[in-house]
Amino acid sequence: MLDFLQRLGQWTLKGLKRLGRANIFMVYVLGGIPLCVRRFRLVITQLFAVGVLSILIIFVSGLFVGMVLGLQGYNTLVDFGAEESLGVLVALSLVRELGPVVSALLFAGRAGSALTAEIGLMKATEQLSAMEMMAVDPLHRVIAPRLLAGIIAMPLLAAIFSAIGVFGGYLVGVVMLGVDDGSFWAQMEASVDIREDILNGVIKSVVFGVAVTWIAVFEGYDTLPTSEGIGRATTRTVVNSSLAVLAFDFILTALMFNK
Amino acid sequence: MLEYRKIEILVGAFVFAGLLALTILAMKVSNLTDFGGGDGYDVKAKFDNIGGLKVRAPVKMAGVQIGRVAEIGFDNETFQAVAVMKIDRKFDAIPKDTAAKIYTAGLLGEQYISLEAGGEEDSLKDGDSIILTSNAVVLEQVISQFLYSKAAGDDKSGS
Repeated sequence: MLDFLQRLGQWTLKGLKRLGRANIFMVYVLGGIPLCVRRFRLVITQLFAVGVLSILIIFVSGLFVGMVLGLQGYNTLVDFGAEESLGVLVALSLVRELGPVVSALLFAGRAGSALTAEIGLMKATEQLSAMEMMAVDPLHRVIAPRLLAGIIAMPLLAAIFSAIGVFGGYLVGVVMLGVDDGSFWAQMEASVDIREDILNGVIKSVVFGVAVTWIAVFEGYDTLPTSEGIGRATTRTVVNSSLAVLAFDFILTALMFNK
Repeated sequence: MLEYRKIEILVGAFVFAGLLALTILAMKVSNLTDFGGGDGYDVKAKFDNIGGLKVRAPVKMAGVQIGRVAEIGFDNETFQAVAVMKIDRKFDAIPKDTAAKIYTAGLLGEQYISLEAGGEEDSLKDGDSIILTSNAVVLEQVISQFLYSKAAGDDKSGS
């Protein structure tokens, strides 16, 4: 019994310690943001890695999610003779939920894992220590640009996802199934609100961007400097950031769309 | 150096695509273009029952949207609902004796205020009130009225 309590205590303390380390780490990294703004080239290189290289998967999944929404929505709505509302259904579910959430999950798998592995390997091969020896702060030089790039890239990716998804819904709904073109767009325009829906979606994706990139760079920086440790850190990044995205999504939805 | 230039161009294209997607969402998907709620004048109307009218519901005249409901309040003395409508500046010649009615778009759709022009020369200004109002049609009332009259009619024919 006491053993069990001890283990529980150990586990809790370890978790809290990690959380504390992650926060201190974040404060140091934020101190490196001014450097990034001055040397924006560092951020651009990272934007290429996390943003441009993620476009393909975002594009394809956005298109397919939109098309599936179009099909499923049509099949349900046609029973009520309300297939003109298909545009509303597709646009609202994409802009409010699926766009930010699915692209954040993909982003965690595509870019977050790569960030963790990269930084973990830098640590394992003592590149980070070497930088410190040269009086270059790795938190400012390596981590901060990656964090900033992740936070910039995420809302853009989510917006691309939503726009492509709406187009996919249009393809299936209007071109394939023959929903009226005009009422598809008109009803969508009438019920999607710029502040309520689109701005809130963007806020969501920014929050997810911070969460995913923060977890990714911290796991990389905090990894055991062995090949096994890097593997485990990468797995943890994907699992933890996906869970964080889903949890934040629930909280944000409750705060934003609760009337 | 050439490699870096390529990266920069691709990143530029990425940011451009993201911003473009946001603009498409804002312009095409949402209703940014009409009635941002900025410029307009306020007109009040008191209703006995506003039904399911909500803030930001459209205000229409002859079926054309001319404004939005800005605020819904309650008058503590007359026990009436007060709806404040923000009407676009462009429509500044609405007669003073205009009537306001609450209609439903479709059978179960959202409710909106419909204005029907009167004949007076003076036009509504900021802060004015509309006096002629009629209430929202509450579906339950209509159904119960219908059932009552039906029942009464059946009684008459039966006896």
